Amino acid sequence: MTMLGDRQQLAYIASQAADARVNVELETEGMTLNIGPQHPATHGTLRIIARLDGEQVLWAEPSCGYMHRGYEKLTEVRTFPQVTALINRIDWLGSFANEVPFILAAEQLMGIEAPPRAQWIRTILFELSRIANVSLFLGDLGVQLGAITPVFFAFRDREYVLNLIEGATGGRFHPNFDRIGGLKDDLPAGWIDETRAVMRKMRKFCDEIEGLLFGNEIFEARTRGIGVIPRDVALQYGLSGANLRGSGVDWDLRRDQKLPMAWDKIDWKVWTHPDGDSYARCWIRLQEVRESTFIVEKLLDSLPSGPVMAKVPRIIKVPEGEAWVATENPLGEMGYYVVSKGELGPFRVKIRSASFNNISIVPWLLKGVYVPDIITILASLYFILGDIDR
Amino acid sequence: MPLPQKPSEKGSPLSSLAEIAAVLGDAVEETFEKGPEGNVDTWVRVKTSAWREVAETLREKLGYDYFCFLSAIDWMPSPYGRGEEDPTVEREPIDPTIRQGYAGGSTRMQVFARLVNHRTHHGVTLKADVPDDAMTVDSWVGVFAGANWHERETHEMFGINFAGHPDLRNMYLPSDFEGHPLRKDFPLLARIVKPWPGIVDVEPLPGGGDDEGGAE
Repeated sequence: MTMLGDRQQLAYIASQAADARVNVELETEGMTLNIGPQHPATHGTLRIIARLDGEQVLWAEPSCGYMHRGYEKLTEVRTFPQVTALINRIDWLGSFANEVPFILAAEQLMGIEAPPRAQWIRTILFELSRIANVSLFLGDLGVQLGAITPVFFAFRDREYVLNLIEGATGGRFHPNFDRIGGLKDDLPAGWIDETRAVMRKMRKFCDEIEGLLFGNEIFEARTRGIGVIPRDVALQYGLSGANLRGSGVDWDLRRDQKLPMAWDKIDWKVWTHPDGDSYARCWIRLQEVRESTFIVEKLLDSLPSGPVMAKVPRIIKVPEGEAWVATENPLGEMGYYVVSKGELGPFRVKIRSASFNNISIVPWLLKGVYVPDIITILASLYFILGDIDR
Repeated sequence: MPLPQKPSEKGSPLSSLAEIAAVLGDAVEETFEKGPEGNVDTWVRVKTSAWREVAETLREKLGYDYFCFLSAIDWMPSPYGRGEEDPTVEREPIDPTIRQGYAGGSTRMQVFARLVNHRTHHGVTLKADVPDDAMTVDSWVGVFAGANWHERETHEMFGINFAGHPDLRNMYLPSDFEGHPLRKDFPLLARIVKPWPGIVDVEPLPGGGDDEGGAE
């Protein structure tokens, strides 16, 4: 500044003031960008309202409720076995996994446990739901970044897993197969060999996605260092699943909780990543699909024989009490707080779904990011609309 | 509701409750524990006035830093029944007595929330009575930012106010919606307009009138 003469200095200050005024004006006027409710990047009907200053987001807030179906109220007029047909539809890509925590909560209240074979098959189907669900995420991830190929691979290979689920349960998307005390049926003949073959295919799919996306320069540039969630923020927002492990918290309910399931009977690895950015969350999901294929194979190796249904009364009355059971679902921690008054149906069911918490961080996370990053950040958080609104 | 309470033992995971009770001191109203050894679940009912303070204390002193969920329970039995009764048979009158669940209580509405220590993986379900006349408890938003949406949802569904919450807008329903859907006295209209046919069509199972039967 000292190099400039008085006049020039004045002109400089005036131009600075003018710039500042323009910024102030831009900020006060801003621009409101409405994404959704129908938008390809929102996987359904999530509406995001963002206020922009140029390319930067000043404030963003998701607007939910376009898919609110009132399951918590509906469970109060259903009997316990009927509830599984509803809660199947919360996270519709990994339906079987939704049934398990509710059934476990009811079993806990009744003081019964499924026979070992049923526990094993439950765990296998649970992991198959995860593979079907998260493999679609891996394909979809490419679409958000402008790469079309991965999604075709994902839809092609997910079909194999859905066929397995259909073969065992009769339903591709909504199995409704879990029963209080066990499972509806045993596995069909030939299913085990087919599953092993599909698991090998899914590992190949993971390798393909890894080669297509995770080494890709564009992918790295768009996800590395973007949407960083620090560990303590992740914890106080109650993030779960890959979003929490992507922030370096080593916590997986499959390992860290004692449930009558088969995860603790075999060896497997919980993946974490210290970075907390979009890349970390995507990378963990890829590793988890691969790990799940190993879990399924190991469980098939040790599958015990015996009945798949415990002895339960034909008309199920759940004794008075309260139970909280949560499991590590494809999207994260999904739990049911079941209150029973000793009647045919539950008195109150609080559904704690993973996406609701995972998406509640969005207003915090989108502050200050650029418009194109909104899409990658939302994609990396991975939500299912039914799982937010319930 | 008098429920049996397990004695706390030193060295076992049960001591988590003793620890919580010691740290919270006077704020604790009633506690409850259940579950097999090594997998014990804990319920603590605290004073309404201490609701926010309890969250802060548990987080700072005992490392319960993971916010799982927050919601409420309406303990009033539904005056509409379960909507599955046979319409041809006269319905038994519904007993309107309010019985609270684990860790007791004295009001119709209770807020409850779950915090987890992510290092020990121990979780605790906290409950607090919501005064029937004021319908207000303190907000947790200053302690756990994630409570924001949960409190909005609870406000919308139960009509409970959270003092100190920045913006209690509706989450799901239109802003001019009247009533609080998860309250027990809010009728599920679909069931009132047309009775559920499920129970009426049940045919007796072939070969036996017994209620007990296992898998085939």
